[in-house]
Amino acid sequence: MDPILVLRLPRLRYVQARTVEEAAAIVGSDGGRAMLIAGGTDLLPNLKRRQFDVATLVSLRGIPGWDAITGDPQAGMSLSAGATLDQVARHPAVLSGYRALAQAAGLVSTPQIRYMGTLGGNLMVDPRCNYYNQTFAWRKAVGFCLKKDGDICLVARSSPRCWAVSSSDTAPVAVAFAASVVLQGMAGTRRVRAAELYRDDGIDYTTRKRDEVITSVEFPAARTTTSAYWKLRRRGSFDFPIVGAAVVIWWEDGVVRDARGALSAVGSHPVDISSYLSSLRGVHPDERLIAELAAAADKPARPLDNTDLSHYWRKRMTRVFIERALRDAAGLDPQAGLLTAQLKS
Amino acid sequence: MPVTDKVPVHLLVNGEAYEVMVPPYKTLLEVLREDLGLTGTKHGCELGECSMCGVLVDGKPYLSCLAMPLDLQQAEISTVEGLANGNEPHPLQRAFAELGAAQCGYCTPAMLLTAKSLLDSNPRPSREAIRQALAGVLCRCTGYLKIFEAVELAAARSSTSPPAAHV
Amino acid sequence: MSDELSIVGQSLVKPDAMGKVSGQTKFADDLMLPRMLFGRLLRSPYPHARIRRIDTSKATAIPGVLAVLTGEDLPVKFGILPVSQDEEALAREKVRYVGDPVAAVAATDEWIADEAIDRIEVEFEELPRYMSLEEALADGGGEPIHGRTNVHKAVALEFGDTEEAISGAAHQREDIVFFEGNTHLPMEQHAAVAQYGQDGRLTLWSSTQTPHYVHRALGKVLEMPMSRIRVIATPNGGGFGGKSDIFAHELVAAKLALVTGRPVKITLTREEVFYAHRGRHPVLMKVRTGFTKEGVITGMQFQSFLDGGGYGSYGVASTYYTGALQTTTYAIPRYRFEGARLFTNKPPCGPKRGHGTPQPRFALEVHLDKVAEELGIDPVNLRLRNLPEPDSRTVNWLRITSCGLRACIEKVAAESRFLEQRRAMPAGRGLGFAVSSYLSGAGTAIYWNEMPHSEVQLKVDRGGGVALLCGAIDIGQGSDHILAAIAAEVLGVSLDDIQLTTADTDLTPIDLGSYSSRVTFMAGNAARAAAEKVRAILFEAAAEALQCDPDDLQARDRRVFRRARPEDGMTFAQAVVAAEAKRGVVAASGSYTPPRIAGPYKGSGVGPSPAYSYSAAVVEVDCDARTGEVRVPQVWIAHDIGRAINPMLVVGQVEGSVYMALGEALMEEQTFRLGLHKFPSMLEYKSPTALEAPVIHTYLVETIDPEGPFGAKEAGQGPLLPVIPAVANAVYNAIGVRIDEIPITPDRVLKALAEKAKGRLPRVGPRRVPAFAFPALIQVERPPEWTQS
Ligand SMILES: Cc1cc2nc3c(=O)[nH]c(=O)nc-3n(C[C@H](O)[C@H](O)[C@H](O)COP(=O)(O)OP(=O)(O)OC[C@H]3O[C@@H](n4cnc5c(N)ncnc54)[C@H](O)[C@@H]3O)c2cc1C
Ligand code: SF4
Ligand code: FES
Ligand code: FES
Repeated sequence: MDPILVLRLPRLRYVQARTVEEAAAIVGSDGGRAMLIAGGTDLLPNLKRRQFDVATLVSLRGIPGWDAITGDPQAGMSLSAGATLDQVARHPAVLSGYRALAQAAGLVSTPQIRYMGTLGGNLMVDPRCNYYNQTFAWRKAVGFCLKKDGDICLVARSSPRCWAVSSSDTAPVAVAFAASVVLQGMAGTRRVRAAELYRDDGIDYTTRKRDEVITSVEFPAARTTTSAYWKLRRRGSFDFPIVGAAVVIWWEDGVVRDARGALSAVGSHPVDISSYLSSLRGVHPDERLIAELAAAADKPARPLDNTDLSHYWRKRMTRVFIERALRDAAGLDPQAGLLTAQLKS
Repeated sequence: MPVTDKVPVHLLVNGEAYEVMVPPYKTLLEVLREDLGLTGTKHGCELGECSMCGVLVDGKPYLSCLAMPLDLQQAEISTVEGLANGNEPHPLQRAFAELGAAQCGYCTPAMLLTAKSLLDSNPRPSREAIRQALAGVLCRCTGYLKIFEAVELAAARSSTSPPAAHV
Repeated sequence: MSDELSIVGQSLVKPDAMGKVSGQTKFADDLMLPRMLFGRLLRSPYPHARIRRIDTSKATAIPGVLAVLTGEDLPVKFGILPVSQDEEALAREKVRYVGDPVAAVAATDEWIADEAIDRIEVEFEELPRYMSLEEALADGGGEPIHGRTNVHKAVALEFGDTEEAISGAAHQREDIVFFEGNTHLPMEQHAAVAQYGQDGRLTLWSSTQTPHYVHRALGKVLEMPMSRIRVIATPNGGGFGGKSDIFAHELVAAKLALVTGRPVKITLTREEVFYAHRGRHPVLMKVRTGFTKEGVITGMQFQSFLDGGGYGSYGVASTYYTGALQTTTYAIPRYRFEGARLFTNKPPCGPKRGHGTPQPRFALEVHLDKVAEELGIDPVNLRLRNLPEPDSRTVNWLRITSCGLRACIEKVAAESRFLEQRRAMPAGRGLGFAVSSYLSGAGTAIYWNEMPHSEVQLKVDRGGGVALLCGAIDIGQGSDHILAAIAAEVLGVSLDDIQLTTADTDLTPIDLGSYSSRVTFMAGNAARAAAEKVRAILFEAAAEALQCDPDDLQARDRRVFRRARPEDGMTFAQAVVAAEAKRGVVAASGSYTPPRIAGPYKGSGVGPSPAYSYSAAVVEVDCDARTGEVRVPQVWIAHDIGRAINPMLVVGQVEGSVYMALGEALMEEQTFRLGLHKFPSMLEYKSPTALEAPVIHTYLVETIDPEGPFGAKEAGQGPLLPVIPAVANAVYNAIGVRIDEIPITPDRVLKALAEKAKGRLPRVGPRRVPAFAFPALIQVERPPEWTQS
């Protein structure tokens, strides 16, 4: 059945898992037609628009301890995948040691979605595209695309791949912090660096195996760390990022020991820009250096015309937002930077 | 549609226990409106993009259009129908009426519940805290100002402490 | 006891408030009737296509599907304007935009309805599509959307020799600007529920602003006597003009109820609301004006090109509106207007808050701002030099009665300290100024007739209750309050004594609808007339009992008493009893027909109003020159309301208008790609949130209009108008660039800044209007007042 316009969920089975093992077993054995559901705030709108074919939803909400947050910045923290974005944004230890994470979680959509949405779900947000996050009827009218039911990409017609946009706010923060993601599948548990969770592909966007459940995200100790997340969007709430810049700086004796960064919404995965920040090491950055690095670090950003506002503008805004995040993390007034998104005259 | 895909769901709404047989893929919004007759909860998009469908789940603002009833069987759900105490309107309801904060009234149920959740945790919120708390509910009529003022009036009437200067 | 007003002028709680805050108000989709079916529409996936074949057999075969309709079941054409009967409930031969309804089903639940829709097979033959003004006008584009050309309407009027007035003027200027289309986005999606009884009577509940027009259309399309049709408008969860047309789903729900004998509900999804549309037309405009060196307008030429979408809708009126109100805002001695509306393969445009006038208002106010700079006159002063006079007639024959524009201008200029502050703003900050006027109800009905535009019936009962019946529907603007407050004021009772029954064609006398800012003025006058008649009946009976002259009596505080000796009186209920004993049922009706004030030319029916409201606004912007982002921290706005029947509700309308204007100015736009709406969703159509809400300083100016009820004029639309150009003017004041294109998005701002840096004209906007052969100008003689100048 190919529904047309109505926004009812498809007829499906709804299973409430009591343990991670149980959830993994169901999604691993349902011939690819079962999906995990946590807060449902990403999955359910997509399902109402028939962006996936799903026969079974496996709810993770009943798993004991599902929303626990433990540890502290001294030793490192472990956040269960089921911790809500609101919990993450307000947690005192997260706020003090992992400010960028609290900022990113606190900037997701609306308070309502932050009460419902989870960290695990946020890391797994289905990459977005304004040719794809549309109802079945709309997609049928425009002609289906690669990502679902079709065979071309409507954004880049000659492209063999999908350029849907990684739109999670917390994913680039996890990448910048070099956090580890703990996955539990039928075969056991493994731990990957956040960056390794993602693939640069709008359809096949994750290395998570079908039967794996993200159980927690582990953030390394952050004793001498400052961090910031800057999000570009049209309105102060509701909107997904159209550029997001996460920056983490590890300090030692007043100079930078290491600095890492990642971008959201400018590619099909969180784009790691850490290599552009390496010359911060060993110095106390001034605003000229920051501007210089930020101006170069937008290089891997590849916004296309498939989100809000023009991609040219988004590209030019990327360095401004990297600069703001860097300045913020370095203790400078974020908005008083030297870069602009103005066209070169 | 096979009748057999219905399942029993127990819900506690406004302190009242309900048991209904519904297909498991019906959202809380659909069950509230269609199966429990609680049409005070509205909808504007059914996709999480407006919050007209806002209710409270354990005191927190939730989107009923994206909530699955089976997962909420242990929770306390509040809708606009449960705001008044018998015939006595909630101070927020009174303030919204007195200050003209409900024009067409369509966003009002969600606004009221969201504001209630705020006042329950922060009895004298600053204007900025109110804006932040209500940022998730669209209103197309009022420009929001009368809504902010109504929340402030309700807060002032129900509390003795002065409004917070900050969030 | 004085004659002071006791209810009118007070910020009282409106009668529908408690229903709304309790969730008890029933909107259309809240109606659930026993055995109700769910109806759905199959909509076109093509912007322009011929329907070759429709096969519904597979849909009909699904258990739970009770009816399937196609265009052949509803062959009668309709349209809101008698001149544009170009719509079909379900398209028969052609579809004209993505979303155009083609077929419909009724089923026992939404899942089945959906499945049935999917099983309907339609074979389309795609036709070349027209997605812009340019494409619509291009030669050899293939089959036009309707008839033989894509030009839906073209008008050309001239009042006095403008060429002479402009080319001979000390100063001239021409501007070309564009205003992108946008939509109403009421929070409530349209919904309709229809029920057909064995008694042969059809009832339709609908979230409509215009139940009377829906009533007429149902009679026509269903080919059923109107006497057997009842239309009940449910409270609208926002309208803004978006629910003032006749919609396919209303007609289809009714037909499905007729066919199945069961109640049928159709609620549009948000995506479908974007297709139903009837919103703001995209308009490309050219304005050319001559001025004396003192800045006095000598003549103006205005051209507008409207991108109308696939059907006529209100378009003929919209076209005229883009040229009608230039002259009510400024005294323009000679005026030429040329307007053309073109069909395109998009959802039809129609009336949105300010109907056809925000676009020319933007053009004109930005144009004047530029002229002010060129002439070295400040923008406030330039306006003051061109104000229309109260009790005057414009060059295009519009009658102005009360006019508080001067007071509005002086108020906002003073409160914002505009003239001083605009030179003293910190970097990136700026102030902009603009003014406007708007109708308090269209002076002519949509279909030509000599009947009243608003009628009210009043009946009082022995307990002192007052039943008020009126066709008007509350869409959030507060019309219920206006009716109740006026009746209560006249009768001297309290608001809660008034029992309202509204917008039910079986029970209530006509009100033409909640559009065109007409309800306060027209239904208010009708309510006043009805209440005065009832009061006269009561006074007559009371006078007899009190042995005095009826003229000596006063009604107030639920009493009827002698004005000179207030203790000498009786309760209101006693007066009712006395009157009823004397002459039976105490009831009366009142009606309102606007004065006939149209000029001696074709097209003069659009623009006249019994009174015009006036507004002036100052907007503060905060522009980030690094990013192009523009924010609005503060707005000052003064509005000539005539008299505020309920100041709180008026301020609410003003604030809501400012809010909607800012959305339009900065972020809302309806754009199309690959032949269809780019993002028909609430997430991607950017409606400002609580975090974007600016501080708004509202000032009400009362001019006590001679014909308005208690002197009242409109508030629902006018205050939107000056805000959009004031934003554009403020951006110029802040960073020295002209964005002659709405919305003012960050990339446009940056583009203009780049031009500025290159030393070129710091502007983004259109440079030309299409070469278009307007019809020969109709030369209209100017009213006597103007013929000397
Ligand atoms: C209007 C709107 C605006 C939004 N704006 C933003 C925004 O600004 N920024 C942003 O980042 N997001 C945004 N979102 C997306 C979404 O709400 C959030 O990302 C949210 O955190 C998702 O979490 P969830 O628990 O609701 O995920 P779900 O919807 O439950 O799941 C999302 C995906 O993750 C998978 N998943 C969930 N949990 C696990 C797990 N433990 N292990 C493995 N897979 C899992 C699901 O199978 C699904 O594929 C928005 C959504 C809406 C509707
Ligand atoms: S990027 Fe291309 S393939 Fe991917 S969702 Fe968008 S249009 Fe489809
Ligand atoms: S109906 Fe819009 S968020 Fe639920
Ligand atoms: S009052 Fe109409 S949407 Fe808020």
